[in-house]
Amino acid sequence: MSETTEITLNELRHLVSERAIEGDTVLLNMGPQHPSTHGVLRLLLELDGESVINCIPDVGFLHTGIEKNMEAKTYVKAAVMTDRLDYLNTVGNNLVYCLAIEKLVDLDVPPRAQAIRVILTELQRIASHLVWLGTHALDLAAMSVFLYCFREREKILDIIEMCGGQRMMATYIRPGGLWRDVPVEFEDTVRQFLKIFPARIDEYEALLTKNPIFQDRTKKIGVLSRQDAIRWGITGPTLRASGVAHDLRKAQPYCGYEQYDFDIPTQTAGDTYARYQVRMEELRQSVRIVQQALDKLPLGPVNSNNRKYVPPPRSELGTSMEALIHHFKLWTEGFSAPAAAVYVAVESPRGELGVYLEGNDGPKPHRVYWRTPSFVNLQILPLLSKGHLVADLVALIGTVDIVLGDVDR
Amino acid sequence: MDAHLQAATQAIQERFAGQVSEFRDQISLIVAPQQIVEVCRALKDDFGFDMLSGETAVDYWPAQEPRFHLVYLLYSLQHNLRLTVRVPLNGNSPSLPTLESVYPSANWHEREIWDMFGVRFEGHSDLRRILMPADWEGHPLRKDYPLGYEEVQFSFNYDEIDARKPYAKE
Amino acid sequence: MLFGLACCAIEMMSAQASDYDLSRFGMELMRASPRQSDLMIVAGRVSRKMAPVLRRLYDQMPDPKWVISMGDCASCGGVFNNYAIVQGVDEVVPVDVYVAGCPPRPEALIHGIMTLHEKVRGEQIKDWA
Repeated sequence: MSETTEITLNELRHLVSERAIEGDTVLLNMGPQHPSTHGVLRLLLELDGESVINCIPDVGFLHTGIEKNMEAKTYVKAAVMTDRLDYLNTVGNNLVYCLAIEKLVDLDVPPRAQAIRVILTELQRIASHLVWLGTHALDLAAMSVFLYCFREREKILDIIEMCGGQRMMATYIRPGGLWRDVPVEFEDTVRQFLKIFPARIDEYEALLTKNPIFQDRTKKIGVLSRQDAIRWGITGPTLRASGVAHDLRKAQPYCGYEQYDFDIPTQTAGDTYARYQVRMEELRQSVRIVQQALDKLPLGPVNSNNRKYVPPPRSELGTSMEALIHHFKLWTEGFSAPAAAVYVAVESPRGELGVYLEGNDGPKPHRVYWRTPSFVNLQILPLLSKGHLVADLVALIGTVDIVLGDVDR
Repeated sequence: MDAHLQAATQAIQERFAGQVSEFRDQISLIVAPQQIVEVCRALKDDFGFDMLSGETAVDYWPAQEPRFHLVYLLYSLQHNLRLTVRVPLNGNSPSLPTLESVYPSANWHEREIWDMFGVRFEGHSDLRRILMPADWEGHPLRKDYPLGYEEVQFSFNYDEIDARKPYAKE
Repeated sequence: MLFGLACCAIEMMSAQASDYDLSRFGMELMRASPRQSDLMIVAGRVSRKMAPVLRRLYDQMPDPKWVISMGDCASCGGVFNNYAIVQGVDEVVPVDVYVAGCPPRPEALIHGIMTLHEKVRGEQIKDWA
């Protein structure tokens, strides 16, 4: 267990330039354990002094085999593993997986469940952007922003814990609706949060947006052109900062997003500062969506009536024979999905998060493929880092907003 | 089906003898392995499918012919349409041309498919393992590869497993 | 040492931030270099590719050194019982305190650190010499 395998220069010859082989440039390893790589990302840098000629990412240090493990569990049990992929967007992961199951087995979801799903997904988006902002600013040496962001994040985690019982990995969204209805204090707590949060966003902007040091470190760093972004399959705020106004919540709405009125922030510069501006504006838009969803929150059940897929309430088990049989089948074998495939995608804070789900007429999925945004977005890091300094690399890793759980699955 | 999507699938059916199937409003085209580059180039240039959302493979072991289905998820930004292209592959040393020249983002996707399924891509610039360690043997997501789980320690077998487990000495 | 790998790293960051302040216990300093640290909190799942790196970093830490295994994945493999995850980081490095949870609450991590403080108080320097 303690031998390391060395990858010799011979295997990477085709990736590094001629000068590296002659010894003119330095090959530096920005290893898996590094304070600024936001997880276990290994970068092999080819440096000419301080400027980066090429950067070769080496991923896989967090590979968990989630896709194979999900094939060994029933559909509902596999939902527990979905939280752990993009661990900053746990509610979003649950959501896309449940949307895929619901599309595959053609299951309806009541409007109250859809509205609560939207509220929690947008709150999770705010929480994810807060972690991004905190760590990005921390890497650029603005430490107080980190503490402020985590203070707000605690309030959101309290809300998620109130609904789902766990701060981060709640697995609250289940196929057919939700695990259980929200408690009575949910609405007041969310309204209280929405009242104080816009002022906090102004606080972060006051610290960073016009800060000359922050602007120097982020303007014109890592410029991504519109054509490159589309060619490389980039989605999310990185794409929107390069001038493409594309958001899956507007283009292919799910969960009732078409009822809510919100804008898609776009910038044209395509540099790190533009991506920062897009994400800050997204925070404000998320507050808008939560406000509307909370105002329009309909009454009603939170789970579908289809007892073949959704367990009946325990109160019925004493009186109804069918409820008992459904409960028994769901708990012992689980429901079955047809031998067909669907692909469902949602807009996660990082980009297009999609699940390609294929069933095989059995209770366990045949193939679950996660199209994760960080895996695709990380491919442009070599492109963005050419010609920049090593210090800029830290800003670039932060701005692409990768989560290694997403990259390595 | 959307009119543009209809036109695209009909054109591909005529030029490349592909089959179309539809499930829950999602269209998929089935084409042969050697035609995949021309099909995707046609879809990208003529019909505006400019983004490769994802690329993956599905293993149908123990069925050997075909054993793998390669799935390409295409997306058109201009028309807001999704299309799936499936390529059936034989199980004995599966290989097909790379899509890197059409969509650069296929680079890492194909490395992952090589790593997880063992499907070779002819013409790929950098085909090496991406998620598993470089000296790993086997292709984990194949159905004949074991999950590799460890037996759960209950109180009745606690001591036996404890004796076998490789604890680290200082 | 900053050894946050996955989801538990976010809870470790939360424990350091203002709500569950770790600097009340004198633990706010997180060094990036193993040569300057004496505690390694393994926070998150350790994959087979990462295990040699973990061992190398542990070897680079000078004595006396302690290891806290934070979270279920580091303690026993957690939710993931498969080919890719080391089933318990004590297969790679000797562990002093295990903190359970998926991820453990920041208060649980603080409890784990306090337990380690108790353990260290009972040790003597000649145990390490």
